[in-house]
Amino acid sequence: MSNLAIMPILIPMISGIFLAFFNKNIKLSRLLAKALTIGNLVYVSYLFYRVSQEGSIILETGDWAAPYGIVIVADLLSTLLVLTTNIIALAAVWYAPYSLNTKQETHYFYTFYFLLITGVSGAFLTGDLFNLFVFFEVLLMASYALIVLGGEKVQLRESIKYVLINLFSSILFVTTVAFLYSVVGTVNMAHIAERVAEVDQRGILTTISILLFFVFGTKAALFPLFYWLPRPYSAPNSVVSALFGALLTKVGVYSILRVFTLMFPQQETNTHELFLWIAGLTLIFGVIGALSTTNIKLIIAYNVIPAVGFMMLGIGINTETAISGTVYYLVHDMIIKGALFLLVGAVVILTGTANMKKMSGLIHHYPLLGWLLFLAAFVLAGVPPFSGFIGKLLLLQASFSADQIALSIIGLGCSLLILLSILRIFIQVFWGEKDESLKPNKKLARQLSIPISFLLFFSVALGLGAEFFYPTVEKISNYLMHPEQYIESVLRGNP
Amino acid sequence: MEIIMSILAGILFTTGIYNLLQKQLIRIIIGTGLLSHGAHLFILTMGGLTDGKPPILTDHDSHNYVDPLPQALILTSIVISFGVTSLLLVLAYRAAKENETDNMDQLRGNDYE
Repeated sequence: MSNLAIMPILIPMISGIFLAFFNKNIKLSRLLAKALTIGNLVYVSYLFYRVSQEGSIILETGDWAAPYGIVIVADLLSTLLVLTTNIIALAAVWYAPYSLNTKQETHYFYTFYFLLITGVSGAFLTGDLFNLFVFFEVLLMASYALIVLGGEKVQLRESIKYVLINLFSSILFVTTVAFLYSVVGTVNMAHIAERVAEVDQRGILTTISILLFFVFGTKAALFPLFYWLPRPYSAPNSVVSALFGALLTKVGVYSILRVFTLMFPQQETNTHELFLWIAGLTLIFGVIGALSTTNIKLIIAYNVIPAVGFMMLGIGINTETAISGTVYYLVHDMIIKGALFLLVGAVVILTGTANMKKMSGLIHHYPLLGWLLFLAAFVLAGVPPFSGFIGKLLLLQASFSADQIALSIIGLGCSLLILLSILRIFIQVFWGEKDESLKPNKKLARQLSIPISFLLFFSVALGLGAEFFYPTVEKISNYLMHPEQYIESVLRGNP
Repeated sequence: MEIIMSILAGILFTTGIYNLLQKQLIRIIIGTGLLSHGAHLFILTMGGLTDGKPPILTDHDSHNYVDPLPQALILTSIVISFGVTSLLLVLAYRAAKENETDNMDQLRGNDYE
């Protein structure tokens, strides 16, 4: 019982409300937003340190004991993801002034940005299925506002579909929670896990677990539910795309990971076979999408999908190595997707177009951006020794030892095609004839590359320092594979 | 009573989904409204409908009370669905004005920039 656990939700929420009063004063709101984000990051790092030293921190709100009240559970996995979220948030807030125009910035960008962080952190930290729905709505509401920020024709057109799909899956989520409540009589995740193990109605529980999987799969953009993702993600402003690409689908993946390791771990035969099929198909279709277009923002948006496929692969295999691969890949992918969206956003800002056929030879003007993209491509595709390699290595190791040879080959092939899709951008945009008509803006390019380098630094560190990070990931996967620890700490109050 | 309520929720879901599959934006929004009402009734039903007392713990009478949790959940969910529906209405109005159509068929396309 400690108030520490709820602060990552409260700090951004209060910051967001606070900044709503200064929306007209851009200079002040930029400064405040940066300061508050840094403050939050420092706080979350402290929380992560505390949790890794002392074990889960649990807050029973209003002092109501666990199955009756709402609990906020800050365990190692959730705090790690909140920490990653805040690192991306810092890069995004640094990048925002160069990417947004004055109109967008004064229309409460910083408020919605903080509310998005509130929702994402809340979804990671909550220990209650209905609260997960509430925090999903918080982050979705913020994302609805961010996607139409500026009110361009394309944005309005794509946002309608985005809102409708998410609204439908939210309604389905509530219905599923109602189903689950009628079967097990509780909405506390630890309590559900305990009751599910006792209830002797396998059929209905499998149905509920598949419904939950459908809901989270829609958020996470799994095959065949990913069709809504690429266009809405590439329509808004670059900094908004980066926040979406880095955070939103990962919340869905986190929820699947949590639900199927904690609440429904014992029905492997029913569901996990399906997960493997879906993982393979997600990988293939995502990569096909990424290779199908010449819009650079769309290429990166399509690249979100195969990454989710890799994480699903780990959840489907469901051994300790596989889960640590998923966790590692989750953190790696959040950071690298943020960096890539910011990178292509920088290209779009500097050249004024997203069509890669219309540009060439940018490396003569902006060498640093070019090499950053080259590095990001290597990180994403999993070229050793960068962070993508470690995650993929763990996942492939697990899938070989689980006799999923076909899936391993699909995974390897897709990695190569992902590399190809990013290198296509590099070759088309940065190589080739120097475009003399373009007026280079070196100062802007330098400023844009600061937050990108910041994120790529973490990506490279995560790969080179794998020895240092791996024990934490291993600890998390061990914790996830033994849900009794979570149940004990939430219901019995001893971490 | 639970069965009648479940059937009502089912009817709301059916009409909701039928409306969701229409092409006019306003019908789609009505569809989402119906769907969320169906979901809310469903939550209430799943808690079990008892003809009991308010769930306030007093010294003497605390048996035969109504399960308070579904009501709390519904309240939250209704507030959220109000918010989302009003946002969706505003968004649809702006989108229809900006794109000069409220037909979903014409709201797709590949042109960017």
